[in-house]
Amino acid sequence: MIQATMDFLKLYWAPLLCGLVIVAVLPLIVGYIVLVERKLMADMQARLGPMRVGPHGLLQPIADAVKLLIKEDIIPDNADKLVFWLAPVLSVGAALLSIAGLAIGPAFQIARDINIGILFVVGVSAMGIFGIVLGGWASNSHYSLMGSLRSSAQLVSYETAAGMALVSGLLLTGTLNIKAIVEAQYTEGIWFGMLAPVAFFIYLVASIAETNRAPFDLPEAESELVAGYMTEFSGFRWSLYFLAEYTNMIVVSSVATTLFLGGWLRPFARVAFFNFLDYVPSLLMIGVAGYCLLRTPKQPSRVQQLFMLAVAVLCFAVALVLLAPAVLPIAKPFYAGIHGGFWFIFKVSAYIYFFMWLRFTIPRYRFDQLMRLGWQFLIPLSIVNVLVVGVALIVSSYFNLHGWAMLLVTTPAAILALVVALMILAAGQEGQAGKESAAAPDFYGG
Amino acid sequence: MLPIGHYLFLSAALFIIGVIGVITRRNVIVILMSIELILNAVNINLVAFSRLYGDVAGQVFALFIIADAAAEAAVGLGIIIAFFRNRETVLADEMDLLKW
Amino acid sequence: MVDKVLFYIFAGLAIASAALMVTRRNAVHSAIFLVTALLATAGIFLQLRAEFLFIVQIILYVGGIMVLFVFVIMLVNLDVALQQIQFARQKWVALIVALALSAQLGLMLWSSEKIPGQGIPVLAAPAASDLPPNSEAVAQSLFGTYLLAFEIASVLLLVAMIGAVVMAKKEK
Repeated sequence: MIQATMDFLKLYWAPLLCGLVIVAVLPLIVGYIVLVERKLMADMQARLGPMRVGPHGLLQPIADAVKLLIKEDIIPDNADKLVFWLAPVLSVGAALLSIAGLAIGPAFQIARDINIGILFVVGVSAMGIFGIVLGGWASNSHYSLMGSLRSSAQLVSYETAAGMALVSGLLLTGTLNIKAIVEAQYTEGIWFGMLAPVAFFIYLVASIAETNRAPFDLPEAESELVAGYMTEFSGFRWSLYFLAEYTNMIVVSSVATTLFLGGWLRPFARVAFFNFLDYVPSLLMIGVAGYCLLRTPKQPSRVQQLFMLAVAVLCFAVALVLLAPAVLPIAKPFYAGIHGGFWFIFKVSAYIYFFMWLRFTIPRYRFDQLMRLGWQFLIPLSIVNVLVVGVALIVSSYFNLHGWAMLLVTTPAAILALVVALMILAAGQEGQAGKESAAAPDFYGG
Repeated sequence: MLPIGHYLFLSAALFIIGVIGVITRRNVIVILMSIELILNAVNINLVAFSRLYGDVAGQVFALFIIADAAAEAAVGLGIIIAFFRNRETVLADEMDLLKW
Repeated sequence: MVDKVLFYIFAGLAIASAALMVTRRNAVHSAIFLVTALLATAGIFLQLRAEFLFIVQIILYVGGIMVLFVFVIMLVNLDVALQQIQFARQKWVALIVALALSAQLGLMLWSSEKIPGQGIPVLAAPAASDLPPNSEAVAQSLFGTYLLAFEIASVLLLVAMIGAVVMAKKEK
């Protein structure tokens, strides 16, 4: 018995360690993503955002976390206690479990080398829908129930489109294994986002809808059903839902990065001409450190100056770590792991930045417009795209095209898919031209 | 893999619990859910034998059963919704329009 | 050893969830326990190295069919149903029938292991490392040998989709 446990630990110590690190660090990361969002929102609205707690508001997430933890736990009167407890747990559990399938860099992966790699991530995060449905029901309130039914209807609709978009991306790889997908992009020398731009676009839109982000956030917008299914959850339970939502954002960005943006590969990973890009990570961190050093004298108080100095030193240390594999010969084997991790996090951050940018720019979709977009535009487009990418692949293998040469075939294919889908959409619109002027029908949600 | 008897016993136990659910409950939705349980028991059986013989056909058959279960659940629930709109009940005992 | 522990955990969870599912008064609680039973079944699939089926079970059954069930339960939610009789009038006869069925199954399982030459041949399963990659093997089989069944299944799903939409449509 003891021997079996020791054997188990010897085999699985690395994934277990990765798992522990992620579960411990993720809430903090999510807190800082929220801070970044608030700062970004402030920047785009010509104001400053949180500035009080810590220098430039950098300790705001910690204050928020403490506030949420010490808040009173209110349970509605006739709410079903078991389900009320279970719903946020399901959401968070599904979100955290799907992180287990991701690979941040070639070495940092919890569930290593699973056959069904990317499908595992997508499938397990689909389980989070339950948390939403049950949360709305357990609140024992009509508006929460309607909000949760609308939200889960939206999630299920866009899941189909996202899945088909992934399928057309996976046609280019031939395998579901995450490492193999990134290796395939290394071999071809081109990111699959360029070979299948329509699939990337569909996945981008569908992933915004999947995570209930603006402009698809009708079910949880404040001017609508208060907070939808999250209304009656306060304090720690609400923070669990929140954690689930932002973790889903990270998961969806990671899937898109892995399949469409080259995963942990440097841009132009195989072209020797671009080897100077190897120094970009460390230069970036040195730049950030330099900026912090510049701002240090301008801080109002001594404590804040010391804090900024500490941040600058931290960035400088990270820059040195990033520089080591490119310069010191003994650190060369760790190059792929460290730089890979940096590029992956960089791309995921760019994707999340795009999410946030969209939130502050585009107005919200009405619910029937949302469903119409999903069912009548994205799903036909994704199905046609699968067909078209398949044909493009056959043609390019017939002419023995590889890498960048495949663009000659896939770009016309992408344009064809878009044209066909727009024709389908137009044909659908003609039949509805008379009904459009009516008020928004409300048969979703009872 | 454990001896095949373990999986067969598990499958039989789930099957019997599903059958009890189908013939004992009054709520039609719970009856449908018990049918899903029966289908799952059959799936476990198929996959266990597929592993025993190293033949993947058992898993393909289980895949078809899952697809079929989805279709059946969708249609069954559609029927229940249509009936509920007319008669306001989901209890099997009260769905007796054809009784004399 | 790990295999055994995993099997007993998932099997116990499956049977316990199933038993709880058929005895709950509240339909939503039944649905939750069915979800647990389905997840345990998915665990058994994973333990049998059927990885593709494991994830298909989670995506389709848990993420699709059960969400549909919970939707419908919420749409027909009757508070009065909670005070009504839970089991049908025929429950004792039903239990006797179920006992007869389980006796039959038990006898079949017991005799197949005890009487040589009858029932299931005692085979050794191929070692886990000898199995081909699961997704590829299922894909080869599905799109090769069973392509016709695959196409028929897709037509079936189309018919079911149309049927369900027609059936649940509101009369104008």
